[in-house]
Amino acid sequence: MDRLLEILSDLHPEIDFEEYTTLIDDGVLDSFDIVTLISEINEEFDVVISAEYIIPENFNSAEALYALIERLEEE
Amino acid sequence: MQNHVLDYLDNIITKCPDKVAFANDKEELTFRDVYDKTRSIGSYVHKQGIYKEPVIVFMNKHPKTVTAFFGVIEGGCFYVPIDEQMPAARINLILENVKPRLMICDDKTIKKAETFDTTAKAVLYEDIADTEVNEKALVEIRERAIDTDPIYIVFTSGSTGVPKGVAACHRSVLDYIEQLSEVLKFDENTVFGNQTPLYFDACLKELYPTLKFGATTYLIPKGHFMMPIKLVEFLNEKKVNTVCWVVSALTMISSLQTFDTVTPKYLKTIAFGSEVFPVKQFNLWKTTLPEADFVNLYGPTEGTGMCCYYRADRLFEEGESIPIGRPFKNTEIMLLDENNKLADTGELCIRGTSVTLGYYNNPQKTAEAFVQNPLNSAYPELIYRTGDIATRNEAGELVFVSRKDYQIKHMGHRIELGEIEANVNALQNIQTCACVYSKLDEKIVLYYVGDKDKATLIKELREKLPRYMIPNELEKLQTMLFTPNGKIDRKALLVKYEETKQACATE
Repeated sequence: MDRLLEILSDLHPEIDFEEYTTLIDDGVLDSFDIVTLISEINEEFDVVISAEYIIPENFNSAEALYALIERLEEE
Repeated sequence: MQNHVLDYLDNIITKCPDKVAFANDKEELTFRDVYDKTRSIGSYVHKQGIYKEPVIVFMNKHPKTVTAFFGVIEGGCFYVPIDEQMPAARINLILENVKPRLMICDDKTIKKAETFDTTAKAVLYEDIADTEVNEKALVEIRERAIDTDPIYIVFTSGSTGVPKGVAACHRSVLDYIEQLSEVLKFDENTVFGNQTPLYFDACLKELYPTLKFGATTYLIPKGHFMMPIKLVEFLNEKKVNTVCWVVSALTMISSLQTFDTVTPKYLKTIAFGSEVFPVKQFNLWKTTLPEADFVNLYGPTEGTGMCCYYRADRLFEEGESIPIGRPFKNTEIMLLDENNKLADTGELCIRGTSVTLGYYNNPQKTAEAFVQNPLNSAYPELIYRTGDIATRNEAGELVFVSRKDYQIKHMGHRIELGEIEANVNALQNIQTCACVYSKLDEKIVLYYVGDKDKATLIKELREKLPRYMIPNELEKLQTMLFTPNGKIDRKALLVKYEETKQACATE
């Protein structure tokens, strides 16, 4: 989780990602961020987030995103 | 002869008044609706005694916004669209330049509009969209219209920190729409899926051909461009067959393996531009939709939308770049060297009707870029110097090489790195800074010296600059890197950044 938080705060140092739960709904993350995130998660965790998982629910909070990464790691 | 962009609307209303003209995911406007709203708003503008003046349109992306644009033109004025998410500081700079007397807002923007540093009256679209039509006044305005009158001003990044407003007239837009329609083969069956924001000239590609042919434009909600499957499903649901998008919107779909799940099955024309299309992603698109026409478009805002095109009708090899091709009919591209002589490789300069009127209220900047054709000393003739360096390949097609200055293209947006620097330097406790753009990972990197942490810097910068201009990476330095003659060494900074990145990647 710490590694993910680090990636996120590199993208947006001004956001407290441990608390925020409406990253997509509030427009904190834009399409550039999503693309960057996916490639950095791929490097860091060696998981591929394919298009079917790119839905608001998976990106609204760091927690949800981390849960997704864990799910994909198990597969 | 047609001398007014709204002649398209007057014509089409007699052909297909009940067809959907502009829509989003929730609301549709027919040509009849567009015609009525346009004339009502035109009558309102006239009633205010505003004529041949800029009118601000400060509204969210919505079909109504399009009718506000047309309404302003109908009233004999020109529209100045403003990004609803742009920070107030930047909007105030624009207002200072334009000195408007009227701002058309929606219910989401009007509160913000009232805080601006301006004497302009802010009105709600809903309050003026049903103004009684003053037939006599509208006819009179139309009769007095000249095709060299401006119809819009759009603002683009300025290297000194102040955005520049490019003003374009009826004639340039008519020329552009006619040529573009021929190249991309638009007709009455065209269904556009609009991606580009309405506050740039990029949306001309959809707005005016829709009026010309009685086509339909869907304004795709911005959020869809983060969710690739939803986006493609939207295209399929609306049977969108034509898109003119920035490259990053297309690569977002292809790079996330969206095509494994769903493909845009109605698409037959895919025009792209504003940045280089990575070959791997282009080939993915081309292989997925082998029957579709792929057209690379190139052009600066100062040349009215786009001015060159290339039909990308084959797969490309890794390392090859997709040419920008050749100019539209009625436009000439001259490549000029440092001595203003025609050259094989040189600054790309535009000659013809597509050259816009210049930067609004900014004679100095205008004179730097809109200059007398150096090859013609016999009569006045302005060309536009783009600052792009281009060359011709063996087939005689134009190929983009680089920029002369610090202008970059990032996620389809044109950005002057100087504008970012000027705004950072203006913050408290910043001694100096420099911005570089790494093509390696497509990031804007800011190096700065000063007593400020990254998070605060970003927060403060967000109040000054639009989101797409916010640096993606920041690094605080103890001292800035300088060249031997005392200039900030941007080359060394870029090398430093890219070496660090590459070292990380190979770890």
